[in-house]
Amino acid sequence: MAKRVGMEVGIAAAEAVGMCNIDMAAVYPITPQSHIAEHLSEIVADGRIDAEFVTVESEHTSISCVSGASATGARVYTATSSQGLLYMHEILPIVSAMRLPVVMANANRAISGPINIWNDHSDIMPQRDAGWVVFFADNGQEVVDMTIQSFKIAEDDDVMLPVCLNMDGFQLTHTVELIEFPDQKKVDKFLPPRKPFATLHPDNPISMGTLGMPEIYAESRKSQDEALKNSKKTILKVWDEWEKMFGRSYKPVETYLAEDAEILLLTMGSMSETAEIAIDELRKKGLSVGLVKLRLWRPFPFEELKAAVKKAKLLIVTDRAVSFGGSGGPVFIEIKSALYHEKERPLVYNSIIGLGGRDVQVTDFMKIVEDAAKAGEKGIIRDYEFYGVRG
Amino acid sequence: MKKKKWPETWQEMNPGCMVFEPASARSYLTGSWKAQRPVWDDSKCIKCGICYIFCPEGCVSQDEKGFFRADLDYCKGCGICAHECWPGAIEMVEEG
Amino acid sequence: MNIIENFDLFAPRLVDKKEYFCSGHRACQGCGEALAIRLMCKALGPDTIIANGTGCMEVISSFYPTTAWDLPWIHLAFENAAAVGSGVEAGLKALRRKGRIPDRDVKVVAIAGDGGTMDIGIQSLSGAMERGHDMLYVCLDNEAYMNTGIQRSSGTPMGAATTTSPAGKVVPGKQEWKKNVPEIMVAHNVPYVATACHSYPLDFMNKVKKARKVKGPSYIHCLSVCPTGWRSASEETIKLGRLAVETGMFPLYEVEDGKYKITIEVDELRPIEDYLNRQGRFSHLTPDQIENIQDRVYQEYNKLMDKVNGLHSWSDLKYEWGLFE
Repeated sequence: MAKRVGMEVGIAAAEAVGMCNIDMAAVYPITPQSHIAEHLSEIVADGRIDAEFVTVESEHTSISCVSGASATGARVYTATSSQGLLYMHEILPIVSAMRLPVVMANANRAISGPINIWNDHSDIMPQRDAGWVVFFADNGQEVVDMTIQSFKIAEDDDVMLPVCLNMDGFQLTHTVELIEFPDQKKVDKFLPPRKPFATLHPDNPISMGTLGMPEIYAESRKSQDEALKNSKKTILKVWDEWEKMFGRSYKPVETYLAEDAEILLLTMGSMSETAEIAIDELRKKGLSVGLVKLRLWRPFPFEELKAAVKKAKLLIVTDRAVSFGGSGGPVFIEIKSALYHEKERPLVYNSIIGLGGRDVQVTDFMKIVEDAAKAGEKGIIRDYEFYGVRG
Repeated sequence: MKKKKWPETWQEMNPGCMVFEPASARSYLTGSWKAQRPVWDDSKCIKCGICYIFCPEGCVSQDEKGFFRADLDYCKGCGICAHECWPGAIEMVEEG
Repeated sequence: MNIIENFDLFAPRLVDKKEYFCSGHRACQGCGEALAIRLMCKALGPDTIIANGTGCMEVISSFYPTTAWDLPWIHLAFENAAAVGSGVEAGLKALRRKGRIPDRDVKVVAIAGDGGTMDIGIQSLSGAMERGHDMLYVCLDNEAYMNTGIQRSSGTPMGAATTTSPAGKVVPGKQEWKKNVPEIMVAHNVPYVATACHSYPLDFMNKVKKARKVKGPSYIHCLSVCPTGWRSASEETIKLGRLAVETGMFPLYEVEDGKYKITIEVDELRPIEDYLNRQGRFSHLTPDQIENIQDRVYQEYNKLMDKVNGLHSWSDLKYEWGLFE
């Protein structure tokens, strides 16, 4: 049987990258991603992998650097968080439009205003439209597994899109968890060396990043949208393959005791595990409640979500980010719009929780569900709420 | 002048708007831009090649006898070659 | 035909005839920058990858679905030419070491305009040079943000009128001196730094060839005349470049391992009016203002000559302390 080791998840993420035979990584440190960068540089300095490790002078440069390397056919990796991700924001849509398979780890951290280094999802939400494939990992095992899967998905000829794997900063990256590392030989079989679609080399000169006149820009964007939508097929295929080889299954939308539930709670990221305990407690109290965990954020898994929630009467979406002046948290907005035309759909509520690293405990989840259940029974339509804010 | 061809459908777009054919800009004939064109007086030409070096378009080339000519399909009529020619062998002549 | 190794016997007819930057690009008539690119590519040869920052040269040469480049070329954004170049260099290094690409030297050249190098691009340039990538960086300086409509950059010379530093009644054009980026590069310990101009094509191409040979970072700052932005006659492009050098406004020198050397010697500097009079962007200057600029030009030239005569090559300075007391 495979051995499970106790390892800090950030270090484990770097170890997982080390198993993937990358050619080049460029990182700029930012709390809480720094352990990933540090450990990756240790792996390279010790010669455990043969890769170019470039310590760049800013996140904008780190994403530009890995894009340049990806264009030559190298397998590349970078990692960032919050303000760093926002600094990269200019380049993220370009990487996706140029179809470069960059893999990036994002240690979710609150964005500034006021400056806060602790965990929430407000850094990845503004990157929603950048055209990247976006995943959320719930625990350390998923971080390791999905890091390896990300390379395979990004580099697939039918995808050729950059991938961002989100892991909660501090809550996940700095916690020690039991992780089973897959066997290196099996990983090598799962993830062969990259066969790039087109590369920069004088043997075959091409031009990348050309100017798009109005006559062709819309066609280019449509082709990018289709590529992102189509990538779901490859994602499901890769997850299938992973299950066969390593025994752990991954789905775009996962559920816990949701088949017959009248009330559903929806979470993303590591708080899903806390929510599961809350669901158990609530069930003991007699509430018909279940959990829906969103793993795939982009391309959004419409069918799986609709199938998971259609039988419920009430869906409580928990967000860890705010869309100021809008109709609620970003996940809530997305789900409400996804369910709008459905004949069978639940009433949808929104609770914004856990901002800036505020702890969300089992009792918090229980209170959210019980409160919502009372209002939901009466069919009241509720605005989004900031849960737990004093005043 | 040849008409530029855009891809008809989005399916025809190269991924990432990559261009696989190097030097394909030659399909766009910039020669229609010029208001004057260079004319060489071979009797004065010393075949030094300065006009070839200084043309920003790179459209000046040597013929079989070694004298220089501009490719009028691309020449924009800037006048650099005439201005730089030491023996004054090039004259800019109004178009049309 | 290949470029002859013996630089002193250079003649225009012996230059590589292949055009790596082909006709059909949409540069203005008489564009000095397009000429600079054409000459640079001839000096670099086919084993080159170009990382271009947004600017005139990127826009005029890469209209999808065509490209004017016969070399591998990548463009990402405005300020990250050096960053993309670093990435390409690192990627090639790793792939070559692992045997996934042919084992052959391919030079990475990052090019950008003066805005994309001296202003918005200074961070990525500084980072790339500090990390010491085997990359040549060529700054094509046409002394303003020409592509967006002739706005002022830190490369605009003092007194020049641009659309964001216009010659008004109270403020007559740009008030600040041109930023000296080659000096910044020398301070980054870049082993080969040079200034060049397309009006001295053989000097420029020699410098590019020399920079290409350097195993490490190198920097060339090429003055490119822009008749559109400088409001000069399109046929005088080459002449203006020559005047810039002959008046001392843009001396051509190279710095090899810290040793300064003037490559185009000028016996006596011409008065700057010869240069300023031919450009519309300086037409508003009064004789007093011109004298001000002339004084400053002499001062900057003397500063340079001071360095040429006084500074030693860095390798000479490795010996015991107090060598020059």
